Amino acid sequence: MNRLKQAFAELDRKHQKAFVPYIMAGDGGIETLKDKLKILEEMGATAIEIGVPFSDPVADGPTIQQAGIRALQNGTSLTKIIEELSIIRNSLSVPILLMTYLNPIYSYGIQRFVENIQIAGVDGCIIPDLPLEEEEIIVPMLNKANIQLIRLVTLTTPLERIKFISQKGEGFLYAVTIKGTTGVRNNFEQELSGFLKSVKEMSPIPVLAGFGISDEKQIKEISLHCDGVIVGSKIIECFQNGDIESLEKLVSTLKF
Amino acid sequence: MNKYTLPDEKGHFGIFGGRYVPETLMQAVLELEQAYFEAKKDPEFQSEIDRLLKEYVGRETPLYFAGNLTNFAGGAKIYLKREDLNHTGAHKINNAIGQGLLAVRMGKRKIVAETGAGQHGVATATVCALLNLDCIIFMGAEDIKRQALNVFRMELLGAKVVGVTEGSATLKDAVNEALRYWVANVDDTHYLLGSVMGPHPFPMLVRDFQSVIGKETKEQFYEREGSLPDAIVACIGGGSNSMGMFHPFIDNEKVKLYGVEAAGLGIETEYHAASLTKGRPGVLHGALMYLLQNEDGQIQEAHSISAGLDYPGVGPEHSYFKEIGRATYHSITDQEALESFKLLTKLEGIIPALESAHAVAYSIKLASKMKKTESIVVCLSGRGDKDVDTVRNIMGGGKR
Repeated sequence: MNRLKQAFAELDRKHQKAFVPYIMAGDGGIETLKDKLKILEEMGATAIEIGVPFSDPVADGPTIQQAGIRALQNGTSLTKIIEELSIIRNSLSVPILLMTYLNPIYSYGIQRFVENIQIAGVDGCIIPDLPLEEEEIIVPMLNKANIQLIRLVTLTTPLERIKFISQKGEGFLYAVTIKGTTGVRNNFEQELSGFLKSVKEMSPIPVLAGFGISDEKQIKEISLHCDGVIVGSKIIECFQNGDIESLEKLVSTLKF
Repeated sequence: MNKYTLPDEKGHFGIFGGRYVPETLMQAVLELEQAYFEAKKDPEFQSEIDRLLKEYVGRETPLYFAGNLTNFAGGAKIYLKREDLNHTGAHKINNAIGQGLLAVRMGKRKIVAETGAGQHGVATATVCALLNLDCIIFMGAEDIKRQALNVFRMELLGAKVVGVTEGSATLKDAVNEALRYWVANVDDTHYLLGSVMGPHPFPMLVRDFQSVIGKETKEQFYEREGSLPDAIVACIGGGSNSMGMFHPFIDNEKVKLYGVEAAGLGIETEYHAASLTKGRPGVLHGALMYLLQNEDGQIQEAHSISAGLDYPGVGPEHSYFKEIGRATYHSITDQEALESFKLLTKLEGIIPALESAHAVAYSIKLASKMKKTESIVVCLSGRGDKDVDTVRNIMGGGKR
């Protein structure tokens, strides 16, 4: 059984919500990846989303853009990330998701990418510029490798389409909480709770909310309407500032 | 050969094109496609475009036989399709009118656009003034410096111009920011994309709105010569003037199509914008197309003396033409473009945009290898007023 499915089954038994942190691979040097993953695993992350830096991240706001630039300046590439993961995977048991724009994969070679991330123990992929209409370019290969494609639904996705996407989905469904790019937000739109509720009603798989979620209050409020949250920009800031205490608080918000 | 009908229903030209956009934008691009297909069938929409192109833009534009340039090249006859004589000074207005009317039809009263040289920004701001739409334009900070006059023009027309400092601070980065803005404001905003790139249906609809160039050329040339031209030459950044020129000739296989990219300081250096000559297929800004990228799939910065060609990708349909060999793609350096800029000005009394000067430069090389009985039509996509400062700086031994 896929590690991701196992993790959700376990949460279900414990009646707990999921917490998935996002980090940018190579931010601070590729050699820091192992430690960051270890820290987050020990804090009890449900799964960890590892970002692959890309020169033109159109779905991302300033924090992740900057982290990506730092990582690229460090010489980080998809090749190095996969190599590093292959080396460190055995020391970790947490499910690992790779979040990457399509071009680095395309350039690496789609077939080769799937084969090598399977060897490196990656459990799922999030590809923000790959909508349903284009996913055939990679899905058959991912299926064969038992790697889940995490699909996204947003506030602009019509209900019928949400239903269709959620039924195709595997692992969990990523519900984007804002119309906009990633990054810390103070306020969410009124329609958010209704949106999450209707996604939750339709989806046969767990629904995790992400984009703009940054503090304990938001985490608690939003997770009332779904199965957990994904936090990115704030996690990057914590690591950037060496603020492990805040990090721990964030990750353990949903452990009760 | 069967009649050319691409893109397919998913917006693909062979492997190229498609809709590689975040889910937040999917609804908007699907709605746009739907609205465009409906508008296309509506005779009133088409006649409103035709009326504005005639009365407002000043179409049709002349097809001019450039006798002095022909003598200089010493070979085939060179004709210029005078898109520089359009209102706002370039072909960009053809597409801006079409998409502006489409936005109104869709009930979207806010427009976002990117611009490189500022020509598309000016065209968009103009159409927004005409149709009373809100307008925000993203432009690379580097381009804002190079094209200060166009920035002022856009502001006069009522647009808000936002400088983009990320990356190379040129067209690619302006597209990133325009896309991010669109993601955040998709409910009431139309993205008026300026070239034959981006997610489907943009490459198709920009091509269709620009095809007026090729259609007129075909008729005008036939009237004059009683035949079709032997060759068509046009410059390529994203590829809109060239696609507008090429597309009506696709099924006329005897007409050779030549696209001219910017070779910058030379294609053997790192400083060029020759995506088709030196790039390889990849995904950027919503489409699979030829891209300048490093071995890890990171997009590289493009370089050209002309801000309008300074883009590391080229539209998916051009990528497809390259693949099937229907068009061939060549490149012209900054230096060669500059010489043609001066040459055309002196020989014909026409100051071309630096972008168009690339096409002129290639047409001289091409003409000299063709027979005197043969003919070339060059798409003179824009006028050079905007570039006079740049050229003066270079000639005066200025910045470079």
